[in-house]
Amino acid sequence: MRNQRTSDLFTLNLGLALGSLGLLTAVASCAHDAAASGQSLPPAAAANQPQAAAAATPPGTNTKVLLCDGQTEVTVPAGTSGTSVAGALMTEWVRKNPNANWEVDERERHTLQPSADNSALVGQVQGQTYGRVTPQDVTLWKTEVERVATAGSAVFHNADELGSTVAVSCDMCHPHAANTHPETYPKFQAQLGRVVLLRDMINWCIEHPVRGKALSSDDPKLRSLEAYILAQRKGKTLDYGRH
Amino acid sequence: MGADDKSSRRGRFRSVETKHLEERADFFDALKRLDRRSFLKVASAAFGSVAASGLVTPHSFQPVSIAHADSKSVQPFTFAYISDSHLYKRTVNDRFVNALLRAVDDVNALDPQPDFVFFGGDLAQLGQPEELELGAQILKNLKAPLRVMVGEHDWYYDMGEKWRALFGAPHYSFEHKGAHCVVLNSVVEKDFWTARNMTPMERMKTVAGLDNGVQNSFTVGAEQRAWLESDLKGKPANTPIIVFSHSPLYKLYKPWNFWTDDADEVQAILRRFQNVVVFHGHTHQVLTNRIGNIHFQGFLSTAWPWPYAPEGLPALTVQMGRPDPFNPNDGCGNGICSVHPDGLADIVQNLWNRNPITISRTYTASLGKKDKPEASTRRSF
Repeated sequence: MRNQRTSDLFTLNLGLALGSLGLLTAVASCAHDAAASGQSLPPAAAANQPQAAAAATPPGTNTKVLLCDGQTEVTVPAGTSGTSVAGALMTEWVRKNPNANWEVDERERHTLQPSADNSALVGQVQGQTYGRVTPQDVTLWKTEVERVATAGSAVFHNADELGSTVAVSCDMCHPHAANTHPETYPKFQAQLGRVVLLRDMINWCIEHPVRGKALSSDDPKLRSLEAYILAQRKGKTLDYGRH
Repeated sequence: MGADDKSSRRGRFRSVETKHLEERADFFDALKRLDRRSFLKVASAAFGSVAASGLVTPHSFQPVSIAHADSKSVQPFTFAYISDSHLYKRTVNDRFVNALLRAVDDVNALDPQPDFVFFGGDLAQLGQPEELELGAQILKNLKAPLRVMVGEHDWYYDMGEKWRALFGAPHYSFEHKGAHCVVLNSVVEKDFWTARNMTPMERMKTVAGLDNGVQNSFTVGAEQRAWLESDLKGKPANTPIIVFSHSPLYKLYKPWNFWTDDADEVQAILRRFQNVVVFHGHTHQVLTNRIGNIHFQGFLSTAWPWPYAPEGLPALTVQMGRPDPFNPNDGCGNGICSVHPDGLADIVQNLWNRNPITISRTYTASLGKKDKPEASTRRSF
């Protein structure tokens, strides 16, 4: 769900970037124009001739503009500049999606250890399939990995996301994921009498101190929790089975 | 703040025992101010009238504690501590409520009873009026008189409004058997919420997150530092000083606010005294430090233990073993502090699931050379 939200935001940003080019470009980049208001200019033409479009609309007419999500809508007076339309759309969309900036917000609240620096690989050939590694590749790897860990941080610090029935979240005992020592898993968990993986221990915590429901192994929440906990132990040497 | 507004500082929640002990203490204070002749008159009158009404056994009003007028040594005493209960409403989470009840039972079972019980702050988890009221109700069950300090979890929902209504001013001082005791509000944070347009609950939850980087560092603040200076003014350097602060009054680990930003300034005010002991909550662990003349001891929590900070740990701290996650009470507890004539104190950390750890005053006084507490055999799980 988080990823879905993020990609919405990405599309919108793209729309805004285009929108700042001229009047109605935001509308053009979106699927729906405000056909109801009687404007029949094809979007491409409108984008090419912003001045003409403004002149063709009689003053005092209001125009409804619909965002590409098909739901967010603003009504603006004719002649409003493209930047203002885009700004109004963005404001409306953010109002309806208060968590839109979850990634930025989460990273501001809770320190995340940066992912590994792969910049040394730039320009090297990584086998025939992938070709030469570009700076964009390296940035993409870092952004995507850190996004999963950040999503984990958001779950880790939120009792509701964890499904706690007693308002307890992981950070209440493990600030910055301290004292989780994931580098020791798999290990024989003496208290459980069997070998467990990190995810088993996360689920044990979710069921017991947190009093929620255990997550399935492929649950995105569990995967991101695991990513966050491991990310925070950057620099620790793996020593599996250590008590 | 002096002895005159005793009632506001302790709030309206006082048990029958507390009231009795206060009246008794006032009576003995009054006795000290009398000359010998009128003393005998008052003492016999008081004894006579009280004995006649059949309220007390004859020995309880014998004037035995009169002769320590000018000496600057402390008449030894003990106090118990309970700290960091982080209560939610019982319907939300009963585990923390039961833990505080357990601590109250522990302290009530002490024989002899301590002179007073000190609560080290963070009574509530999210500063809700219901949480604070529940805590006040539970602490009312203590037999010994109660002194309370504020923590950040009590404060940042309504900026201390409910807490002050229950317990009075957040900083105050009192004399106890020759020791001068000061209670500070060390969790003052610079405004980070207005600019971010936060609701009271958002502000509370930000401060409640130990690793939340949006908030600012704790301080005592210029206003309280000025108050502290005037409170200690004129006191001779050999006066034993006991300070209570929620956060440690030194700089341990900033990312978790195991930290007081103006600690250096506060320490400078305390530096001229020979013996100062600072007791603090917030860190939920056995934590020992000494900086010059100032000795520091941390309180355990009843709710959950914190891990030790990854850096900055004082050299004098002998760590308690890593708590067992499979035992919800492990690493939690309460404790007893014994104050000696020199004003320094032993602290018994009563860990619920383990043997108690005693950190004696000679350990910090000798900078770790004598009486080193035994290290835990359970370093990890």
